[in-house]
Amino acid sequence: MNNFKEKAVILSAEEIKRIIYRLTHQILENNSSVGEIALIGIQTRGAYLAKRVQAIVKEIEGVELPLGVLDITLYRDDLTAVDSNPTVKETQLDFDINGKIVVLIDDVLFTGRTIRAALDEIMDFGRPQKVELLVLIDRGHRELPIRADFVGKNIPTSTQETVKVCLEEVDGKDEVVIGEKI
Amino acid sequence: MRKSNATIAWRRKDLLDIESLSREEIELILATAESFKEVSRREIKKVPALRGKTLVNLFYEPSTRTRVSFEVAAKRLSLDVINIASETSSVKKGETLIDTGKNIEALKVDIIVVRHNYSGAAAMLARSLRVSVVNAGDGWHEHPTQALLDIFTLKEKLGAIKGLKVSIIGDIAHSRVARSNIWGLLKLGASVKVCAPKILIPAAIEEMGVTVTESLDEAIADADAVNVLRMQFERDSQDAFPKQLEYFKNFGITEERLAKLSKKIVIMHPGPINRGIEMSSAVADGPHSVILEQVTNGIAVRMAVLFLVAQANEYINPTKHFSNPKGENKV
Repeated sequence: MNNFKEKAVILSAEEIKRIIYRLTHQILENNSSVGEIALIGIQTRGAYLAKRVQAIVKEIEGVELPLGVLDITLYRDDLTAVDSNPTVKETQLDFDINGKIVVLIDDVLFTGRTIRAALDEIMDFGRPQKVELLVLIDRGHRELPIRADFVGKNIPTSTQETVKVCLEEVDGKDEVVIGEKI
Repeated sequence: MRKSNATIAWRRKDLLDIESLSREEIELILATAESFKEVSRREIKKVPALRGKTLVNLFYEPSTRTRVSFEVAAKRLSLDVINIASETSSVKKGETLIDTGKNIEALKVDIIVVRHNYSGAAAMLARSLRVSVVNAGDGWHEHPTQALLDIFTLKEKLGAIKGLKVSIIGDIAHSRVARSNIWGLLKLGASVKVCAPKILIPAAIEEMGVTVTESLDEAIADADAVNVLRMQFERDSQDAFPKQLEYFKNFGITEERLAKLSKKIVIMHPGPINRGIEMSSAVADGPHSVILEQVTNGIAVRMAVLFLVAQANEYINPTKHFSNPKGENKV
């Protein structure tokens, strides 16, 4: 991102790691039947976060939760209005979501429109028992009645600001930065 | 299949040919099609991406496969589809192509998929209209979505196009499918050989960058894949084509010919097949054939094309004005 001016590092790699552990414990605390949980990450960084949660659940409970990846591009409400051309990535939901407790995972919760799109897409695949939302960062400014069940960190922002989540798997390092578009 | 990493944006409101596309643009379509393939495997095979938009199939030549494929692709993107066949429209009353196009545009349609017997018809329509135009075959010129689905299928079967040896067999002279395939394959780094009776090889075809042979055995000897074109006997107004049995004897693909090869090759055909003319039934239904996979892949490829041109046209000619001041984060 060239048009991004960094203002402050909000979370370090170590903090991100601890937060994901905590969030995973909260998922397990909230849902007594591990066998019914399925994880769905939103492309791109939500998918990697979901993968990390899956690994931690395996470590704690010895259970490998079903893991899916959602690309919500085709469900956006502003598909053609954005000036960047979003590339359509693949959705992979290779398990039956009917009756599952779906934990939907994304990096940043902002207007809530991505989550609206994700919920619509999930419903096209079946009828989960329940959908819960996990986000690493909640930066406020919701435009829809949507809230997260599991929040890594609340970061109050102005609309001029941008929150950038970097993950090892895509960006080479774990870090959350707040900055401004220039 | 190796996932393509296309990074460029699509900025064309139309898809008219392969010749004018860059390698990156072709790769973007293929990568987008890979993602769309998954939609057709869902229980609900439909996404709301182009909901509220309308597509018109404007066909001046008979077609079932291409028209239905575009229609299925459009419906899976939630487009509304209207089919116009020239035999039953006011084209019969002498309306020009551009007038027909402008009338369709006045109905606030978003995409016109056009097939026409004149080369350049789609481009002419695209220049005259603001709506997106997708070429579904114009005369002897190009049939871009057919080439894209052929290349997509090859990539799926063989991993990468670069370095592949592909032979195109049959009526090269009158084939828009051949022309589009040649452009696409060459741009992606394959080498292309064309094989046909002399009368069906256009003069100076070598200048496109292909090699020419009149021997089928030579054409298939070291090929990774062959694309077998349909003999369009209905276009042979001057009675100049080889007769059907003669053609099959010299250019028909048979199990016997394939048995002589040192490796398994991929056999494609854009359809409809003339069984016992371009290839034997055993070959068409045999293990080398990917003909029905081509049909399935055609949906994903056409979904990708419709999605990309609709998106680009919205960028060029916006119909609605969102403010999107929120910046980098997904909304």
